[in-house]
Amino acid sequence: MSLAVAPVRADRARGRVRRAGSLGLLLVLLLVVVAASLALGSRTIAPGQVLAALVHPVAGDVDHAVVRDLRVPRTVLGLLAGLGLGAAGALMQGVTRNPLADPGLLGVGSGASLAVVVAITWFGVTAPSGYIWFALLGAAAATLLVYGLAGRGSAPSPVTLAITGTATTAVLTSLITVVLLTDAATLQQYRFWSVGSLAGRDLAAAGALWPYLLAGLLLAFGVGRSVDLLALGDDVATGLGVRAGRARLVAGGAVVLLAGTATALAGPLLLVGLVVPHLVRPLAGLAQRWVLAFSVVGGAILVVAADVVGRLIARPAEVEAGIVAAFLGAPVLIALVRRTRLV
Amino acid sequence: MDRRVEVGGAAAGPVVSGAVVSGAVAGDAEAGGGARTGGVAVVRAGRAARRRRSGLVVLGLVGLVLLLVGAGLSLGAVRLGPGAVVEALLGHGPGSFVVLQLRAPRVVAGLLVGLAFGVAGAAFQSVLRNPLASPDILGISGGASAAGAAAILLAGWSGPRVAAAALVGALVVATGVAVASWKRGLSGERFVLVGVAASLLVQAVTGYLLTRADVRDVPAALVWMVGSTGAARWPQLAVLAVACAVLLPALAVAGRRLPVLALGDDLARGLGAAPTPARVAVLAAAVGLIAVGTATTGPIAFVAFVSGPIARRASGTAGAGLTAAALTGAALVLAGDLVAQHLLGDLPVGVVTALVGGPVLWWLLSRTGGTRWAG
Repeated sequence: MSLAVAPVRADRARGRVRRAGSLGLLLVLLLVVVAASLALGSRTIAPGQVLAALVHPVAGDVDHAVVRDLRVPRTVLGLLAGLGLGAAGALMQGVTRNPLADPGLLGVGSGASLAVVVAITWFGVTAPSGYIWFALLGAAAATLLVYGLAGRGSAPSPVTLAITGTATTAVLTSLITVVLLTDAATLQQYRFWSVGSLAGRDLAAAGALWPYLLAGLLLAFGVGRSVDLLALGDDVATGLGVRAGRARLVAGGAVVLLAGTATALAGPLLLVGLVVPHLVRPLAGLAQRWVLAFSVVGGAILVVAADVVGRLIARPAEVEAGIVAAFLGAPVLIALVRRTRLV
Repeated sequence: MDRRVEVGGAAAGPVVSGAVVSGAVAGDAEAGGGARTGGVAVVRAGRAARRRRSGLVVLGLVGLVLLLVGAGLSLGAVRLGPGAVVEALLGHGPGSFVVLQLRAPRVVAGLLVGLAFGVAGAAFQSVLRNPLASPDILGISGGASAAGAAAILLAGWSGPRVAAAALVGALVVATGVAVASWKRGLSGERFVLVGVAASLLVQAVTGYLLTRADVRDVPAALVWMVGSTGAARWPQLAVLAVACAVLLPALAVAGRRLPVLALGDDLARGLGAAPTPARVAVLAAAVGLIAVGTATTGPIAFVAFVSGPIARRASGTAGAGLTAAALTGAALVLAGDLVAQHLLGDLPVGVVTALVGGPVLWWLLSRTGGTRWAG
């Protein structure tokens, strides 16, 4: 007996070492991207100056001010939003066993957008730090709505889920347009929020919202094992001691927290949650917790990198991170659709 | 998407559902003495009943559309009676300028665009075998929006040149989606999912354009992107009319294969229909209609989306019901325009159709769970 077990154990241990190694490499890549985000931009600043700005800043130095007041906040926000979206996408795909499950595709962005428009127009909220609560609420409401519509009865098919989300986005976008047409002041404020821009956002928002992200992550990792067992089917999972209904509920709550907070921080970032889990799965394997860990890092890399790319391709102007992410993500989605049989 | 056969069209429907649908009528037929071949009689009676019902629905819709056209011509700052409208249309009387130059273009634009959007949406939904797969969701109207917005915001164009840009935008996206989803033929599911990706892309482009532009120019682009019949003039309408005159019959001819395609590729092939060419023909005609229509008025939200399902529900058939869908689209746009123009202080018609269409869509989703045809 022990003869048969030993090679399996050794095999598992090797797999674990390999995955840990890959995750380490991914973390190094994340560091590189973060460094690039701090060092690169429309204003050329020498690497030494960047370091000096971080370690012992000089008051009144323009370079130091740019690094500390502009680049650090957007890097932090990109990291937080990216890790939230990556984790939310991975968890959602795991729970629904649906390769196209993605909070962004399911209308989270548009729900948050509508809530922000309402906040600006009817509640007179003008500070971005005031939007975040509305965005969080709108994102949660949209997720529940789409999932409720598509998930009635049996588990919804990938196509149903995707198209329900897109249809909901279309409805919400029309409502937003109606409000914007009648109110020019709202339009001016809203249009920058709506494209997923990391520029000009307040670090205070990150300070206020990080506990929600942390709670979402803890829930996600906590429920990871149950999600793996749910993949074997509800009956088997129940036999192995998983409470299926409760596990799904916890996972759903985690998705709303993660995706809602990320959207509240950075605006709608389309397709990040969808493509990151697919990109990391060859490295991460199938276990939900590994996929989550890889997706957290991968999401952060993608969003921060999208922001850096957006800053560089249109210097001295910039293209918002959400737009770059959409252009990076759409080809991945199309490749995915072509490769797999999603029936 | 589930592979269950979605029973479609008068050709195939009765075999499965006739007995259930038409119990009452079957009773009549049997009382009449034709009970010898009971099964066939039931099927026949069911078929006849459904044909009668869809005929009535089409007639009713024609009446409704005519009524709305009349209302559109007679209502306004100067209210004209039916006699005065006819007189004005013939070029006599005091109202002839108002009717011929101001009201008629708007009504004709609403009518033609409504027909085009309604039929194109129903054709898409039928070909792709998904009641939610309309051109507004698959990025085709979005492509027209993005191109139109670019023309307004970047180039400062207006009028026919915006229309031309929108036409190009819709065609480029539609071709792109078809090419990107092509893999040994055109599958409905791949087309839908690639279309969803395309719609996200064009949304990003539109968002980018709106942030770059002068905030004073943005409302003009938004009005156009919501869709409005108010700016239509005769020269543009002539283009739209010619396109409709060519493409509507073409779609009707190509659409005769739809009930067979709805049985699924394998069965359709077995019955002698080549799925891919038939699909391409129908989609091409539908894209043409969407493109020209959007070029004229902008994408009027949800008309393409909800016309088909509403028509199917009204006429009680599961097939494409292209005629009923076209008329439903026309009725929606005309009625929406009357409301937008006279009750809401001249908002673009797309605002009304969006406010009505959104809830209708959610209702449809909650009724059907998404994939099944609204029967």
